[in-house]
Amino acid sequence: MTADDGVWLYSITTDSVDDAQLAEVTGVAGEPVRAVASAGLVAVVGTVSLSEFGQEPLQRKLEDLDWLAATARAHDAVVAAVTRRGPTVPLRLATLYLDDDRVRVLLTERREEFGATLRRVTGRSEWGVKGYGDAKILSQDVKEEPSPTGAAGKGTAYLLRRRAELSAQQDVERKAADHAGEIHAALLEQAVDGLRRQVTDPVLTGKRAWMIFNGTYLVDNDRIEGFAALVTALDTERPGITLELTGPWPPYSFAGIDG
Amino acid sequence: MSEMVPTEDTRRIALVDLLDRVLGGGVVITGEITLSLADVDMVRISLRTLIASVSALVPDPAEQDSADG
Repeated sequence: MTADDGVWLYSITTDSVDDAQLAEVTGVAGEPVRAVASAGLVAVVGTVSLSEFGQEPLQRKLEDLDWLAATARAHDAVVAAVTRRGPTVPLRLATLYLDDDRVRVLLTERREEFGATLRRVTGRSEWGVKGYGDAKILSQDVKEEPSPTGAAGKGTAYLLRRRAELSAQQDVERKAADHAGEIHAALLEQAVDGLRRQVTDPVLTGKRAWMIFNGTYLVDNDRIEGFAALVTALDTERPGITLELTGPWPPYSFAGIDG
Repeated sequence: MSEMVPTEDTRRIALVDLLDRVLGGGVVITGEITLSLADVDMVRISLRTLIASVSALVPDPAEQDSADG
């Protein structure tokens, strides 16, 4: 390492993971990753150039979508590789230390917290469940008000029709929200923990689909089949709602240490 | 010789899902660090704008279906 180098942190794991197990794994700069051990814990890190990954260049590059996508995928690939070798606490993207000694200090100082989190995620994985609504099907049960005919003037008819449309729209949205709440409650029963995320703007998913639900769950590995079966069952028994399961993810959403 | 690829490596990951997790999840450690994304929300907002502007350039085949909507 030179003065221009920094240490990029990928994840914290137990000391059952060592350099030999990380031999094939490369990081965000294509660099080999390695284990820095202290206090019974291992930080999986890579040495990167601060001229590329230091604060100032990073902040500029984060605006470059191609660069960001490649970096995010490389970061996740290392975390996922470590996850296959042992329980893992993922670090948020772009956590850098100046050298290995400072990483060891971190492991020693936060031993209790990392230890507790590692125990919490051992034998478990994160799964994402997204729900998409079909407004046409969801609105089928919603009563339509009879369209006004006869005596009412044209303007009145328009206003009444407009009001009926708005109220039908609100009914469909309320219905979708009810479904979302029930789905989350059902999934929580098969999971250790779960949380609802913001639904993603359809522009971002590239789908025109209407996302009504976005949850993520920490599931015991020996209950994954049951969890997946529940997702399928909920998907089948709720017309107008399509569920999508993603995973296994490293436990990004359940690492739970801040500050 | 054929290669076995672990399922984890072949999982299709939507970029938005991934960014939500690596930028919005994971352990946040502040302190003696060269960089911390302190303004993650700001970064995410600008990323979302960026992704939106990229996907807006890609023609959407479903566009015509919704012409009546």
